[in-house]
Amino acid sequence: MNAPLALNRRDLMLAGGGFTLAFTILRGGRAQAMADARPQAGDPAAAAADGAPAFAPNAFIRIDRAGPVRLVMPNVEMGQGVYTGEATLMAEELDIGLDQVVLEHAPPNEALYAMPALKMQATGGSTSTRAAWQVLREAGAVARVMLVGAAAKNWSVDPAACTVERGVVHHAASGRTATYGELAEAAARQPVPPKVTLKDPKDFALIGKSFRRLDTAAKVDGSAIYGMDASTPGMKIAVVVQCPIYGGRVKSVDDSAARAVPGVRDVIHLDDAVAVSGDHFWAAKTGADALKIEWDGGEHADFSTAALFKGLDDSSLNGKALVAREVGDVGRGGGHRLDAVYQVPMLAHAPMEPLNALVHVRPDACEIWVGTQVPVRCVDAAAAVTGLPADKIILHNHYLGGGFGRRLEEDSVRLAVRIAKPLGYPVKVIWTREQDIQHDVPRPAYHDRIGAVLGGDGLPVAWTDRVTSESVMRRWVPAGLRKDGLDSDTVEGSAEPPYDFPNLRVEWVRHDMPNGMAVGWWRGVGPTHNLFKVESFIDECAHAAGKDPVAYRRALLQKNPRVLGVLNLAAEKMGWDSPRSGGRIGRGVAVASPFGSHVCTMVEIEVSAQGEIRLLRSVSAVDCGMVVNPNTVEAQIQGGLVFGWTGALYSQITYEGGAVQQSNFNDYRMMRMNETPPLEVHIVHSSEAPGGIGEVGTAIAAPALGNAIFAATGMRIRTLPIDRGLLVQDKGAQKAVLTALPLGALVLAGAAVAGSGRSDAGEEA
Amino acid sequence: MFTLNVNGQSHDVDVPPDMPLLWVLRDVVGLTGTKFGCGVAQCGACTVHVAGQAMRSCVLPVSALGSRPVTTVEAVGQTPAGQKVQQAWLEIEVVQCGYCQSGQVMSAAALLTHTPDPTDADIDAAMSGNICRCGTYARIREAIKLAATGRTTAMPTVPIAAPAGPGAQS
Repeated sequence: MNAPLALNRRDLMLAGGGFTLAFTILRGGRAQAMADARPQAGDPAAAAADGAPAFAPNAFIRIDRAGPVRLVMPNVEMGQGVYTGEATLMAEELDIGLDQVVLEHAPPNEALYAMPALKMQATGGSTSTRAAWQVLREAGAVARVMLVGAAAKNWSVDPAACTVERGVVHHAASGRTATYGELAEAAARQPVPPKVTLKDPKDFALIGKSFRRLDTAAKVDGSAIYGMDASTPGMKIAVVVQCPIYGGRVKSVDDSAARAVPGVRDVIHLDDAVAVSGDHFWAAKTGADALKIEWDGGEHADFSTAALFKGLDDSSLNGKALVAREVGDVGRGGGHRLDAVYQVPMLAHAPMEPLNALVHVRPDACEIWVGTQVPVRCVDAAAAVTGLPADKIILHNHYLGGGFGRRLEEDSVRLAVRIAKPLGYPVKVIWTREQDIQHDVPRPAYHDRIGAVLGGDGLPVAWTDRVTSESVMRRWVPAGLRKDGLDSDTVEGSAEPPYDFPNLRVEWVRHDMPNGMAVGWWRGVGPTHNLFKVESFIDECAHAAGKDPVAYRRALLQKNPRVLGVLNLAAEKMGWDSPRSGGRIGRGVAVASPFGSHVCTMVEIEVSAQGEIRLLRSVSAVDCGMVVNPNTVEAQIQGGLVFGWTGALYSQITYEGGAVQQSNFNDYRMMRMNETPPLEVHIVHSSEAPGGIGEVGTAIAAPALGNAIFAATGMRIRTLPIDRGLLVQDKGAQKAVLTALPLGALVLAGAAVAGSGRSDAGEEA
Repeated sequence: MFTLNVNGQSHDVDVPPDMPLLWVLRDVVGLTGTKFGCGVAQCGACTVHVAGQAMRSCVLPVSALGSRPVTTVEAVGQTPAGQKVQQAWLEIEVVQCGYCQSGQVMSAAALLTHTPDPTDADIDAAMSGNICRCGTYARIREAIKLAATGRTTAMPTVPIAAPAGPGAQS
């Protein structure tokens, strides 16, 4: 396979929509930065800061005279397994073993590490493997050509007569061998090949096999260093208290009690927050708890979730709709019409590692230790706060204790630098879990008005879908908006359903959060919200047509063989045609093509008379093209499903009086061990280009569950999180409703039970 | 002043009596393997062994420790159950972001110490206080069952370094 060093095909392949598209259509300076990230000679600046390796053919590979090959990871490891995957891509073309490498976190350097899919140094949107697939294999192949070339030159033989095994170059005819380390200096003098030939996939030795992850040993013995664990001499710890109301200000502070706490060093007064630094977290936390702060809530002080949804509904009916995609004429023809409104809430990310950043602001430089998905944005934020030039901001990236989109924001680093700036000493600012949840950049709420007209055969002849929401993109990457202002993320998963609909119209109405209240990306981005609606509503159509949900989807997928393939595989593995009977047991199905992959998830559940939902079993089939590491694909689907079901079952961020009402894991619940069913994952063999995988499970989880609830109870779930009150069989038993209590938790949150009882089967929830 | 026995070593610490063990370990003793996740015993990331029992160190005042020895994730591999659990975690490839896994490993090691052949219900009871946001529960269950059989094998380790550069400390 010949691989010219060009970007167009890959750009097109990745331009799926939403998060990815936003970056892909960026042009100008960043495009050049991307070109610079291609395999290149020397890269002297990076090499100089990196112990001047003997051979650094590009930004990703360092070969010293002795020791393992060092691979620099352009993306961040936040659990998705990308370090192992990216190392595999390079090692494959280098012909070395994964046991022969060490990995390094990349420093912030957009010129070197911006990947073509995003055109900036960021990790998100399930883009890493898709972007790195070509770039990092080429990086490895370039290095191999230069190393083999050096050996061939030394030996005066044809490079084509040399082979490589585990980093040792052999020339069979002469019996000579040389290690990569021995060849490093000579390889650095070799010309950089303008073109490289990549391996034919049939010759892959590493790609496609389940090699053990490279980051896990340190994560089971406590030695892995996350941002939270960073330290530097003289470091103090700070706890921050932000105004409970977004955009609010400090009116007055009495910090006398805080300053009296033993171990407290300083109280840092900002206009929107107060921080306390101390010798250790406990001193800082005790001090912060002793602050007496009076807040001025400002313009958001009357913001509430009820008002938000009322506003969304109003905008949906009366706002200006932008057409995202139109096929045929949805007004044509008549038939049985169905309409529904779906709503999903604002969500916090709640990564297990609460936000934190260690910052040392000195007169001449600012040093930051943090785990971030956007290192360059953090540098820019620190430069803006300190007034220092960006090249005086030194950022050490770390493992992320979960990202999920939260660490695509630099707000926490900006605040930590503001706190550190007046102190002079290094300070690690740690968000308490309460601060983390209440001061997230939450996923926006969505209001979707969807409709279909079913023809004589029961299949949709017209499909309409109007999404109403705030736009993340217009704040985060405004250049990604379509010329008319369309945010393609809001309709990703809606605009191009996998089904054969002859007439379709998908629209988006922008509904701004009050006064610029920031909302952000959340795992699964557009598809997480849209697939819930599309796959639930197609289930409604199947029910209205009197058809089996799988058979109905099959009929609509005849022109879409990869999607049909995962549907059929999941149905076979689940035994869809031989359902369990009895009680309130039901199975749900959802199928879609998020992030360039194709997935079908089926889940079997039981709903108790009291409305408790128990997941019994789940089967997923995924076609994500060529697989780098099957074990990682399985893990991401499994974990993604739990993440998505957690959202559907429990999660919402609500506001009253401008303040977030949730605070910790007692009222922002997570699924737990005792609630997790067996999670079967079946991977379809494919030679297509790789698709994304980190968010696929999350996006497909909720509709499969909602459809299973319908099958079990006759209740259609159109609003998340799922209201257990609607699932109570016997109204008299409502008082007994509890949501699957975790057995091991010390403090348990009783679920609020809505007053409404179960309505007739098939009615709107 | 308190004298703690952590991982077999004695530490004299001058800290307030209400300071949770978690922060004594992390900010005073310098053992950062034990994680902060919630501060209110809801997530289990801070789980350590106190005299062999799994406890949430984020709500355990240092003054309540008395003379009981503390084992953290850094040393649990020196116990038979801890060693089996860590090996099984690698073999089953449990870990994703890994931040909760210190606590998961400690809860699982305590479970296997007291219940060498746990049932699914035993696993639910011992492990449902540990949240994993990455959703690795199914593999944790599988790994505990593997560890219980004792049929684990040694795994290779690959270190990952922070970027080299001026002032790199971590």
